[in-house]
Amino acid sequence: MTVPTPPSLDPEALRAETPILGREVHGRPLVYLDHAASAQRPRAVIDAMARHYERHHANVHRGAHQLSAEATDAYEAARAAIAAFLGAPEARSLVFVRNATEAINLLARAWGDTHLRPGDEILIPVSEHHANLVPWQMAAERTGARIVPIPLRADHRLDLDAFAERLSGRTKLVAIGHMSNVLGVVHPVAEIAERAHAVGAQVFVDGAQAAPHLPVDVADLGVDAYAVSGHKMMGPTGIGALWVRADLLASLPPFLGGGEMIAKVDMERSTYADIPNRFEAGTPAVAEAVGWHAATDVLREIGMDAVWAHDHALGEAMIARFDAIDGVTTFGPRGADRGGILPFVVDGVHPHDVATALDAEGIAVRSGHHCAQPLMAALGVPSTVRASTHVTTTDAEIEALADAVVRARDFFAPRP
Amino acid sequence: MSLMEQIYKTVILERSRTPRHRGVLDDPAIRQEGVNPSCGDELTLSLRIEDGVVQDAKFEGHGCAISAASADLMLDALHGATVEEARSFSAAFKAMIRGEPVPTHLDLGELTALEGIRHLHARVKCATLPWTTLEAALDGATGPVSDEA
Repeated sequence: MTVPTPPSLDPEALRAETPILGREVHGRPLVYLDHAASAQRPRAVIDAMARHYERHHANVHRGAHQLSAEATDAYEAARAAIAAFLGAPEARSLVFVRNATEAINLLARAWGDTHLRPGDEILIPVSEHHANLVPWQMAAERTGARIVPIPLRADHRLDLDAFAERLSGRTKLVAIGHMSNVLGVVHPVAEIAERAHAVGAQVFVDGAQAAPHLPVDVADLGVDAYAVSGHKMMGPTGIGALWVRADLLASLPPFLGGGEMIAKVDMERSTYADIPNRFEAGTPAVAEAVGWHAATDVLREIGMDAVWAHDHALGEAMIARFDAIDGVTTFGPRGADRGGILPFVVDGVHPHDVATALDAEGIAVRSGHHCAQPLMAALGVPSTVRASTHVTTTDAEIEALADAVVRARDFFAPRP
Repeated sequence: MSLMEQIYKTVILERSRTPRHRGVLDDPAIRQEGVNPSCGDELTLSLRIEDGVVQDAKFEGHGCAISAASADLMLDALHGATVEEARSFSAAFKAMIRGEPVPTHLDLGELTALEGIRHLHARVKCATLPWTTLEAALDGATGPVSDEA
């Protein structure tokens, strides 16, 4: 995680390649600081999808005709590229899905329903996104397993001592986000996986927030499954992926039934295709896979070390700037394991009102509970404002944000 | 006038900072909860209705300036109103906030300060939550209600 001499990236050059950043909002230049919710598309992604539709589109894995072969090649090339981007040893263990949420639901059904028994325990941090909590609550309800929360320390890092105390022979799964979508902290997933494996538990990681912002190598991390989302990585919406250790994936039953996922079908029963097709029923999001492939090429060209160094530096700059503002409270740890996400509240002012004030100045941030209500309870607030950065974010945007927050504070809660 | 001043009129800021009707009524009163889950906004409305007339009403909870001002101004209008009048006010307020025609015989008074919210699509549900909660209270709803689709 520590980068001694941070490789640099040029946000201005990347901005020039991201058309939407040229627009205005309420007559002001757009300052987009909601990348954690959805990143913006570089021209390369938009062009790759247009080119696919203009030149190569057809259904995949079916027709004998030329276009079908080209579309299939493009789709499988995207699978290989995204698998490689995540450090996956084999492309066939990467399943395309709609989004990271669907990836986790797939696991909760295909693995959860076949492996969880009454009394089994699923360890989940209190800071998790609902996408990595609710599917497991549903699986626990179906199987009689139970959720055991892993608390945070006072500095908002995961409490690893409490985690160790909760690990036991009953632990069947540790479901954990690689990077918190609210606190911006990167959890020590490799260490957690090692300890979990020592008691025989599986480790499934929600990588939706980490994969766009830091180098990910699922083999190095030693985890059993890793879920990602295309649109947070500057790719299209409507596509995500689930990587699962090949031997584990091969042992799981299908999640959805239909075309594409079968070997042979007769009226009474069917046999199922090998991985990954067994988990890809129906026509997949082919153009989206192509666009996502292009997005990973952009990120690869920048270099994920450089992306992380940039986000981390912006995160530090935001914290330093906001800690100097009276009447503003920030959350999350300080340090090398913190990326470019800053949750904050203006004391006495509701986050929605702050977000509306920022929007009036063309600044896009998220306000609300960020799909992490148990975390909000742990932090003792109903909701927060959240600013989040990516490769196109500049220091000037952070300054604009901080200045606008001061104006919002003074508008809603005038100082005596 | 800046965009912010158009949205957050003085009366909205005043009522959100120092509401006149904050609190919870003792039994026997109707209690109704309203929640907008994606905001995390929560509101509890308590009403005492005698002989078809709202005798007293209060609200409690946490929400933004818009929902708090909407709730406080709503309770101004409700005091002494009949149940039928309360329903008419709610329909008229929702029409105003959605940019639909408001019946001319109804005077929404200071509630018209909230009219600018109709341009802020993401915040309309903040302004309407107290009213949806009121309607649920009058309908005898059994659980919390929401203004999110």
